[in-house]
Amino acid sequence: MTAATTVPSDTRPVGRTLTANRLPKWTPPVVAVGSIAVGCGIGAVGGLKSHLQWGLISALLFVVASYLVSAQVEGRRQAKDRLATSVVWVAFILAVVPLVALTVYTVQQGIGVVNGNFLSHSMKGVIQSGPGGGIYHALVGTLQQVGLATAMAAPVGLLTAVYLVEYGRGTLAKAVTFFVDVMTGIPSIVAGLFILSLWNLALGFSYSGFSGSLALAILMIPVVVRSTEEMLKLVPNELREASYALGVPKWKTILRIVLPTAIGGITTGVMLAVARITGETAPVMMLVFGADAINTNPFDGPQQSLPMYIWQQYSMVNNDYGYARAWGAALVLIAFVMGLNLIARGIARWRSPKGGH
Amino acid sequence: MTSSSPAAPRGRERRQRDSRVGDKIFMNLARGSGILLLVIMAAIAAFLTWRSVLALTNNQGNFLTTFEWTPDAPKPVFGIAVLAVGTIVSAVIAMAIAVPVAIGIALFISHYAPRRIAQPFAYLVDLLAAVPSIVYGLWGALFLVPHMDGLTSWLNQYLGWTYIFDQTKTGTPRNLFTVGILLAIMVLPIITAVSREVFRQVPRMHEEAALALGATRWEMIRTAVLPFGRPGIISASMLGLGRALGETIAVAVVLSANSVLSLHVLDAGGGTFAQNIALKFAEAGDNGRNALMASGLVLFVITLLVNGAARLIIARRKEYSGANA
Repeated sequence: MTAATTVPSDTRPVGRTLTANRLPKWTPPVVAVGSIAVGCGIGAVGGLKSHLQWGLISALLFVVASYLVSAQVEGRRQAKDRLATSVVWVAFILAVVPLVALTVYTVQQGIGVVNGNFLSHSMKGVIQSGPGGGIYHALVGTLQQVGLATAMAAPVGLLTAVYLVEYGRGTLAKAVTFFVDVMTGIPSIVAGLFILSLWNLALGFSYSGFSGSLALAILMIPVVVRSTEEMLKLVPNELREASYALGVPKWKTILRIVLPTAIGGITTGVMLAVARITGETAPVMMLVFGADAINTNPFDGPQQSLPMYIWQQYSMVNNDYGYARAWGAALVLIAFVMGLNLIARGIARWRSPKGGH
Repeated sequence: MTSSSPAAPRGRERRQRDSRVGDKIFMNLARGSGILLLVIMAAIAAFLTWRSVLALTNNQGNFLTTFEWTPDAPKPVFGIAVLAVGTIVSAVIAMAIAVPVAIGIALFISHYAPRRIAQPFAYLVDLLAAVPSIVYGLWGALFLVPHMDGLTSWLNQYLGWTYIFDQTKTGTPRNLFTVGILLAIMVLPIITAVSREVFRQVPRMHEEAALALGATRWEMIRTAVLPFGRPGIISASMLGLGRALGETIAVAVVLSANSVLSLHVLDAGGGTFAQNIALKFAEAGDNGRNALMASGLVLFVITLLVNGAARLIIARRKEYSGANA
């Protein structure tokens, strides 16, 4: 018994020497609060206008202060560790700030503009520099152009992915893989220029929603290929082999076994690609040309699209009424894109291929 | 029995023939789409080159060193000097800000954050990537630009001696520096997403070995995580760089462009390839369009090289590919 009681009393001093030089757990938050207070103090006293500066000063103070405090108490190695930790936290906050600012500001500015009238009317007959008008024509245009682009890009992308995963061997497959990767990086304006020179200048077609969707399809194909490819690779080989063993031909195996197994992930990929091209402005701006009236025929005559509408309201109207309409359209656009994203990721979680690898 | 036994092989034969035909059709469809992709890439290069040649034969100035952009004048003169410098400067500023911050965020998600924060935050960063660039542009012009006033005059006051941050003209900060910051915010998610994936793949054993030797968390990251993730970080940065170089509409909205070549990044002015195309396109005549396509071709080649290099680095470690991030 005596031995048992002496053992803890022996270990305690050892334990203390191990933890003696540690700062208590509450140090980082206290240092953070302190440096924010000092940062705001400096900002207020120095009369700095922008709150960006207040924040930057506070962040800098926090990093330096926690390093110094730790260097005093814990030694240099621990201080360096603390420095890295605080820098990483500052980076995290730096990323949160613009995200929150962007979302809050868009909702704040847009929420008052979006109403039934705004969603159901076009700009036809509306004096651009005055109030009123809406985005109905832009909504129609965007949905049609994106729909057409998806109808062209999704099959091509899907088949290319099938080729790469199921058939692709040799140099052709390698070249396609490389160029799919490179194609994801094509600037959208270059895709627009290409369709302009091919479709409009060389073949002589005029501006229309369809020529915009051609450019959008070029931007969409590589994204669909990449995501479908990843999904097809996740399909377990045992399924294919079981199908072959039953004498099912390869094409039927792909159509009936492989694609249905991966359909959840493929849908997600296509929807994310749709979300990406919905926000594209540059190619649409050159090819669709922007009309104020409703045009429900994407193959004939200028149309409008949401991103382009925002651009026109901002840069050409360029007054408070224009800005208000731009923010309203921006809110609708963000809501649409984010909604697609959330649904797509929901599907991915719901129907991800089980097993595999 | 006797009547069905010759029929059965014939039926099987037919089915086999059908399946062979079906296989052939399907495979050729799949291969055809792959080839179509290559054809599109080749066609982009071919058509832009064709138009560029038309424009360059009309150009009275030097395409590489001329500042002005007046391809529709009676004496057409245009050059990419200002655009090239503006594109590179804004992309460099964007990368200088975005890469360290993105690595920080990626480390935060993979190694620092409590698990309950990490997952939703990773999700949020992915959503940030989905915000359309025109919305970034609108936000940049109406929110960021007014808020940049203080920072701009501050930099001018304390860092004006560096020449780069010397502000020689007053006015709203619709300059390359603001554009760089906006581009940094825009490319942050892609760089974060790819580096995060790489950091997650660091072998657990390496990390635990470092910790077991008594390394602090930072020492573990420096000795185990960062060396393993270096190729991933490089390729992620180059993917981001590709986006920053090609960004059109956000730059066009924020920048107040002119054709003055200046390295004072706080002075409004300058331009980028993509911004110039978006802005000049509406008023361009025939030669103007061809000239814009020539500058588009230069942009195409630059992004092709940057992306190709990134992919080659990734290809060494295949699983890092961030195309669907």
